[in-house]
This record gives sequence, C-alpha cells and structure tokens, in this order.
Amino acid sequence: MTEENKSSGISRRTVVKGIGATLGAAAFAKAIAPLASWAADQSIDEFLQKHYTELKPEQMQKVIKRLEEDAKKDYGADVQITDTKAQLGVKFGYALNLSICVGCRKCAQACHYENNHDRASGNSYIRVLEMKKGSLDIEHGKVDYKGPVPKSDSFYMPVQCQQCDNPPCVDVCPVEATWKEKDGIVAVDYNWCIGCRYCEAACPYHARRFNWTKPEIPKEEINPVQGYLSNRIRPQGVMEKCTFCMHKTREGKLPACLEACPTGSRVFGNLLDPESEIRWVLENKRVFVLKEELGTKPSFYYFFDE
Amino acid sequence: MNKPAPENALSPHIPGHLNSYPRFIWRMMVMATEGNWLFYAWMIGLSAIALVGLNAWATQVTMGMGVTNMTDHVSWGLYIANFTFMVGLAAGGVMMVIPAYLYHDHDMHDVVIIGELLAIAAIVMCISFVVVDLGRPDRFWHMLPGIGKFHFPVSMLTWDVIVLNGYLLLNLHICGYLLYKRYRGERPNPKFYIPVVFLSIGWAISIHTVTAFLYQGLGGRPFWNTALLAPRFLTSAFVSGPAFIILALEAIRYLSDYKVGDGAIRILVNIMRVTILINLLMLASEVFTEFYTGGSHTAAAHYLYFGLHGHNALVPWIWSSIALTILAAILLMRPNVTQHPVMLILACGLAFAGIWIEKGMGLIIPGFIPSTLHEIVEYTPNGIEWRVTAGIWAAGLMIYTIAIRVAMPIFSGEVSLEKDAEKHA
Repeated sequence: MTEENKSSGISRRTVVKGIGATLGAAAFAKAIAPLASWAADQSIDEFLQKHYTELKPEQMQKVIKRLEEDAKKDYGADVQITDTKAQLGVKFGYALNLSICVGCRKCAQACHYENNHDRASGNSYIRVLEMKKGSLDIEHGKVDYKGPVPKSDSFYMPVQCQQCDNPPCVDVCPVEATWKEKDGIVAVDYNWCIGCRYCEAACPYHARRFNWTKPEIPKEEINPVQGYLSNRIRPQGVMEKCTFCMHKTREGKLPACLEACPTGSRVFGNLLDPESEIRWVLENKRVFVLKEELGTKPSFYYFFDE
Repeated sequence: MNKPAPENALSPHIPGHLNSYPRFIWRMMVMATEGNWLFYAWMIGLSAIALVGLNAWATQVTMGMGVTNMTDHVSWGLYIANFTFMVGLAAGGVMMVIPAYLYHDHDMHDVVIIGELLAIAAIVMCISFVVVDLGRPDRFWHMLPGIGKFHFPVSMLTWDVIVLNGYLLLNLHICGYLLYKRYRGERPNPKFYIPVVFLSIGWAISIHTVTAFLYQGLGGRPFWNTALLAPRFLTSAFVSGPAFIILALEAIRYLSDYKVGDGAIRILVNIMRVTILINLLMLASEVFTEFYTGGSHTAAAHYLYFGLHGHNALVPWIWSSIALTILAAILLMRPNVTQHPVMLILACGLAFAGIWIEKGMGLIIPGFIPSTLHEIVEYTPNGIEWRVTAGIWAAGLMIYTIAIRVAMPIFSGEVSLEKDAEKHA
C-alpha cells in the first residue's frame, strides 16, 4: 500500500482500482449481452424438466401441452404431439434390397419432410451411397453423385440409423439422454441432451445429427403429426436421429422412407413375429449388416436378390 | 478445505484460524490486484481478450453452434482439440511433483508449487473448453450425480468429469494448505498434504489416460482406436508440461527478484530430453503401422499426412508439428542448452507449439476425416472459434499469473501473517 495518501483515508491506488473494477464490470455486462435474448426464450419449466423416463403421465401431458404451445408461438403451426409407448412382443427390424434400389433418394427426401428437418440444411437421416459394382467397401462409396440413376456400373446403398442392439452412442452418452427402447429403437430425449456430441463421434454409421441452429420450417410445411421421441421440432443445440418413424410405426404404420420408395427395396417389420415379411427375408435371403466387425449388432439388414 | 493443524492450539501468540484465514484470503485478493505497470498491462490485455472470447461464446449460445465451422461430419473442432491439449498440460505439472516428493530434490521442492498452480489453471481451462463445446450449457446440471443422470461407469465422459474435477480439488487443497501454513509461519503438517500429493501423482496420470480413452474406445473411428493413444498422450504431456513450466520459471526469473533454481530447470530439461524422443518414436511406430499395413483404416492418416482425393487442409499443420518437435528435440539434445536461456526458451516454445498442434488439430480433426461413411468434409476453425479459444487461454493465463503473483511472496516469506500484524499494530 502506498503510504503518501493514508491521511486522506483513501489511497490513489484504491481509486484507480475502483475505476478499473467498474469499467471491467461494464465491459463484462456488454460482453454477455447477447445472452439476454437467448435467456428470454427459455422457460423455468423447461429448465427444470425431468428425464423422459422419470416423467409421470400427468407431467408428460403438461410437457406436451407446453411443446404444442411453443410450436404455435414459434412456428405458427397447430401440431399434435403424442407419446406412444413400445408394444410388448415387438422388435422392429429393417431390411433393404440392394438389387433393386435405384439410388433415387426419394427415401431421404421423404425423411426430410416427415421428420420436420430444417429446410435450409436439407437434412435427412438417410444418406445414399453410390457404390461401384465389385466392392462392398463403403470407402468406395459416393454420396454426392449426380446425373440419372441407376448407372449401369453402380449399385446404391442407403444408410440410416442401424438401431444397434449394442449401440456405441448409448454407451458414451454422459447423461443417459439416449437409450434403447423395448422395441429396439434408439431414442433421444431432446429435452435432456446437453449437446456434447460424443454420440455423434461414437456412431460408426454417421446416423446422428446435431441441431446446429434452431430448425427453420415454413408453417404450412410442418408435419403436424408428431411424436415426443421422434419427429417433433427439435430444440437448438441437441442431438437427433432416425427413430424408424416411431410416431407412425408404433401406430402400426410403415416408416416414411419405405412408403416413399418407388422400387419396393425396403422391408420393415416385427422381428419377433415369425410370419412377418422381414423374418422371411432374413431366413431366405443372404443377408449382411454394415461393419459387422465392430460388434454393434445392427437391426438393419442388407440383402441381394440374386 | 484447509483443516487446522493440531499444533496450532499450542502457540498462543498466533491468532486462531477464524481470524487468520479471512486475513489470508483478503491478503491474497489485495496482492492479486497489485503489481508494477507491466503486471497491469498484462492483466488488462488478458482481460480484454477474455471478454472478447466471452462475447463470442454468448453469441454462439444465442445463435446456435452453427456460427462455428463445425459440421455433422467434423462434429468436434478447435474447442475439443484445445481441451485435449490442456489436459496434458495439467498432467504435465506432475513432472515437478515426482522429483520433488518422490526423489526429495531440494531445488525442485522450492518451486514445485509452480507446477501445481499450473494444474489448477489448466484444469479450469479444460472445463471451460468442454462447456463452450456444449450445445446446451444451460443443462449442465443433468451431469451432476444425484440431481441429474450421471451415466457412470459406462460413459468415459463421466470418468473424465470425475478425474478432472478431482484433480482440481486435490491441487487446490495442496496449494491452499501449503500457502496458508507459510502465511502463518508454521511448518505444514505432512499428514495433511503428503498423502494428497501422492494421490495427485497417480491422479495426474489418470486424467490424461481417461481423456485418451474417450477417443481410444470408439471402434468406429480407426484413427483413434489404437492402444498407443493413451501412452502417447502421457508422453506428449510430459513434453508440453515441462516446456511450459520452464517458460514460466524463466519469466519469473526475468520479471521478478525471485531466485528460481537452475537445478529445477536442469531436471525438467532432462525429463524433456527423454519424453520428446519417446514421443517421436511413438510417432514413427504409428506412421509405420498405418502406411505399411495399408487398407481402408489408413484413410485418416493418409488425409492427415499427405491429403486424400485432393483434400489436404491438415497437411501443413501436421508437418509443422513434426518439424517443430524435431527442431526442439535437436536443441534440447545440445549439452549446453541449460546455459543458454534463449536457446532453451526457443526449444521449449517449439516443443510446446509442436505438441499443441499434434494433440489438437493433428489428432482430433483427422478422427473425423474421412467420416464414418467415408465422406471428406474438411474443417478450419472460424473467427468465433478462435475468439472463444483465445478468450479461454487469456482467462487461464490470468488465473496462472494471479496464482504465481500471490504464491511467490508468501512462499519466499516476504508476506506473512506476522508482518501483516506488525503493519497494522
């Protein structure tokens, strides 16, 4: 401490420090100012919302009501969100016939609209690889192929979430925001995910997507039939993924990608039902799964006709 | 955190802890805001950079992480790269603790707190780099054990939360306890810190091992999925840590009157001479395995070292890293390097920069390129990411500067409870 100004009670240094601290505080307030508009959009109810598996039915009803109101407020759309649970005795499986897929990407497009993806990014849970005949190594696949399809020297392999029985994405999540449902679907609680993107790094199939921004969709294009764990409009900053169109398939309907497929390459059904078409495919065709060596145990199968 | 040692009760002339502990805290706060013009200039400069970073982060939270250059293909970027490097820096401080406490080296014992304080600053930076990488930082409480859902022990990230926060607490305890005892003019009671010091040695190894396991355990990312990753993390940490500490010791020597021993620097140089060569050996081993074996698993290494299908954004980075490290190794091998401060500082600076690239842009980014479906989407950090990163570095340097500014006068006996009491009497 300087001695010179002690008689006056306050040293010059203290005054300078005080001015410095005031300026610093003002600069700090200015620096975090952008957060004010973000904070205004957050609600206490959302902040305190519990994990999906811990919500009681009446709490879930409240949450759904809030989300529907948010959709009205933010997007001007009237949406209905449901939370249909997995049925006993059902385990969903998907198979894709590589002999007849023509690579038209109708499935990827259907996914984009069905699942309320951000329009500008053109996001979809499905990526279609154009593969040169003679190799099954996806290193030789191409996603950004152009021109008329199918090309005579190529075959086409759509890839989406494989709904693994041993999913690496579920293991790595630090907050249990993603888990395997009883019917085999790997779900994400969009209101619990912290957005660390560890699952995106862990997935060997590039099946996961992050909401880098708040999704933008014109009001009239919003699909109003929504599931809590599937195609409801996702918040900014959280992960999402293919749910085999849970909001449809749990109601006994087929996934949007299958309905859109013009060639009938896609076979969807209950792996536990011996009479199902998917079981017939698994028993009668030569079937393989992607990256089997990783031990992820996919519920998504590929096969050839011939 | 700092429990009173039993012998205190026997010395009636020393005030009780209720009196002296607040005084200790207050004295540190006063010291933290006092210094010469260089100190003020340095701290004001760092504050400005930190605020610019804070502003960039606030923008990112508001607008979404789309304002960064990260994508669904390269979903971790500069933040996680820096996080990985900083864990190494935090662990590297242990290379002072081991000689000081395991080998009872007196020169090192006098300055070991500089390494322990570095661990504190580096861990705060680590945690900051993780927080700025979160899409929903407002939901951090979901990670708290008991209140949220802590996916332990399956998720390696929960292990990392435990080891990083644990390491922070251990070092806060060690530094806080030793400084407080010095301030009171008492001998520290070994019971209250020696076991913690030994625990912290093992813990330092664990923080970098667990962080390596984050990446190493992912079967879908062949570039990371190698058993060499964790050992190499540790080796490079024991290059970058000592390098930074030598730079800090040299800075203290030139900017203050404190005598920091040549002995400590010599030991650190000797450690670096070994670790930098092991690190280069491991690099050679990795490169050999990748390129001699060939196959699709080497695509990421190909991309990193030579470029792939006309994409080569990382090639200059990795070759700079290798060149910097080799140059540093050559300088460090010179027998007289410790007598030439300029050469030594240069060698440490080169090694530090080389490892920063290697553990960051050279390790995290190529894990994502090509993607798991073999698409090549390149990544270069943008302005927002550089600003946030610079902000965290500035904040970390501020913490470290303040810590040293406060610790050195107390450790040298220049500031003590007795002297403070006399002044007020």
